[in-house]
Amino acid sequence: MSSPVGVAGEAAPLAAVRGPNWDSRFTVLILFLPPALLLFTLFVVLPIGEAAWYSGFNWNGFGRPTHWIGFGNYRFVLETRAFWLALRNNALIIAVSLAIQLPLALTLALMLADRFRGAVALRMLFFMPYILAEIATGLIFSFVYDGDYGLVASIWRTFGADPPHLLASTDTAMLAVLIVIVWKYFGFHMMLFIAALQSLDKTLVEAARIDGATRTQALRHVVIPLLYPTIRLSVFFAVVGSLQLFDLVMPLTRGGPADSSNTIVSFLYNNGISRMRVGYGSAIGVILFVICVTFAFTYKRWFMRDE
Amino acid sequence: MSSAEASRAPFDPAVLFKAAFLAAVAIFVLVPLLATLLGGFKSLGELRVHPFGLPQHWEWQNYADILFSGRYWQLLRNSLIISTLTVTLTLITASMAAFTFAHIKFFGSSMLLSYLTLGLLFPAATAVLPLFIKVRDLGLLDTYFGVALPQVAFSLAMSVLLLRRFFRDIPHELLEAALVDGCSYIKFFRYVTLPLSRPILATVGTITFVNSWNAYLLPLVMLNTDALYPWPLGIMVYQGEYSSEWHLILAFITLTILPTIILFLLAQKHIVAGLTAGAVKG
Repeated sequence: MSSPVGVAGEAAPLAAVRGPNWDSRFTVLILFLPPALLLFTLFVVLPIGEAAWYSGFNWNGFGRPTHWIGFGNYRFVLETRAFWLALRNNALIIAVSLAIQLPLALTLALMLADRFRGAVALRMLFFMPYILAEIATGLIFSFVYDGDYGLVASIWRTFGADPPHLLASTDTAMLAVLIVIVWKYFGFHMMLFIAALQSLDKTLVEAARIDGATRTQALRHVVIPLLYPTIRLSVFFAVVGSLQLFDLVMPLTRGGPADSSNTIVSFLYNNGISRMRVGYGSAIGVILFVICVTFAFTYKRWFMRDE
Repeated sequence: MSSAEASRAPFDPAVLFKAAFLAAVAIFVLVPLLATLLGGFKSLGELRVHPFGLPQHWEWQNYADILFSGRYWQLLRNSLIISTLTVTLTLITASMAAFTFAHIKFFGSSMLLSYLTLGLLFPAATAVLPLFIKVRDLGLLDTYFGVALPQVAFSLAMSVLLLRRFFRDIPHELLEAALVDGCSYIKFFRYVTLPLSRPILATVGTITFVNSWNAYLLPLVMLNTDALYPWPLGIMVYQGEYSSEWHLILAFITLTILPTIILFLLAQKHIVAGLTAGAVKG
């Protein structure tokens, strides 16, 4: 622990600053802070550092790592075609979030921000997929897409066509996963926008209307600009969420067929964790870490300076 | 809106479009869920022919078999133990740390706070292999704590931020008056801060609970024994065993997501507030 000097702001003499409660403050400091710091250091910070260290070894996790191969693991990762496929899929998820999910969420928020009968119920309904476990969601949709028993197959059959096995084809597996992603997450983004709309200064919109702006004009030039901070936030969550997507993919496709629907994390699981290739898996982890941190800092710097 | 509706002509195309759009989205959300619930009441043969719509024969047996098997309850029990451990430990450690950051000025306090918020920047998956080795070396592999402790560590960053913001808004005069009267910081924390902070504690507790209840990756890596599996792992095993007996799998899914839905209906205020407000500070 760092020495807890009682620097209490003003430049008063030390004894006066310490005052009668100095003991009690000191006790709090040495009792209240360590548990959180210890847990955080042990299970969050150290493993990241160790990932960087292990990534230099060819190691199966037993005994101590001895076989140092330098940047070999990183080279193997970058030379794997499946890694670039996974990266592409993550980019695809982000693109769909921006092009489909975000406009959908915003439109629904604008419709449901006013109070009318059923608005609250609809909000809750749309938010519900977000709190369901990703595993359960994935299983539900693997039923929906099932080529023999599923809903999609049944619709196909009523038109007399042979039902497709969407999750078993490299052409459609990722598309099917993307639809589930929109289903599961649009409600969360909608709630963000509703919260923002409700704290919006309504006099600004009224002023614009009085000045002769049509509804659409007021929306485009007043409401949407006022929502920019929330839109930036929503984009941030879409990207971060895409970078950690895993649970949803496993019950649907496990990243297959032929790695066509892997995300970075499912790629990490399939190639590093499930085969206990600690060095290789750590290298993927470090790459993911660098992507996350770089993104977070650049994004905050470029787009969220004022918040 | 509702007042405007009365004065508006009944055939306003904008309103019609809005209603149609909302209905379409509601169907998109509801159909998979309802088909899952009802699918559990069908026989496999009927499911193949009529996945939509109400069952012709209600097969209560599917649900009853699961409810009377020890398996379902064991999974729920394991999930409940892990989530309760995670929530309790998160609330205790995070509120103590947040209290220190909120009320005690000391050298390096802002630095330590930024250190903790580093946890918001990357997902647990990045370091899951070293984490596995750490948990193994600590002898916690295949125990509830081996899952719960890392989950606590990863939920600390957000929890401390939310709690600290709330604690700081408790009037400072209250603390000063208490200190003058000879109350210690610890007693103030115990008898003033915590009781006043029930709403935020409920919010943080609910987010942590939902995250832990739904977690898959950490238990998957840390647990080897079926008897310790929480429900997301158990349901994947179940699906593996009954690979295409979808009527049973659907009944099982319905029963396992039921607790989440009940919790959501009971605590929706805290869940929505927590999951979106937690986001805003991100």
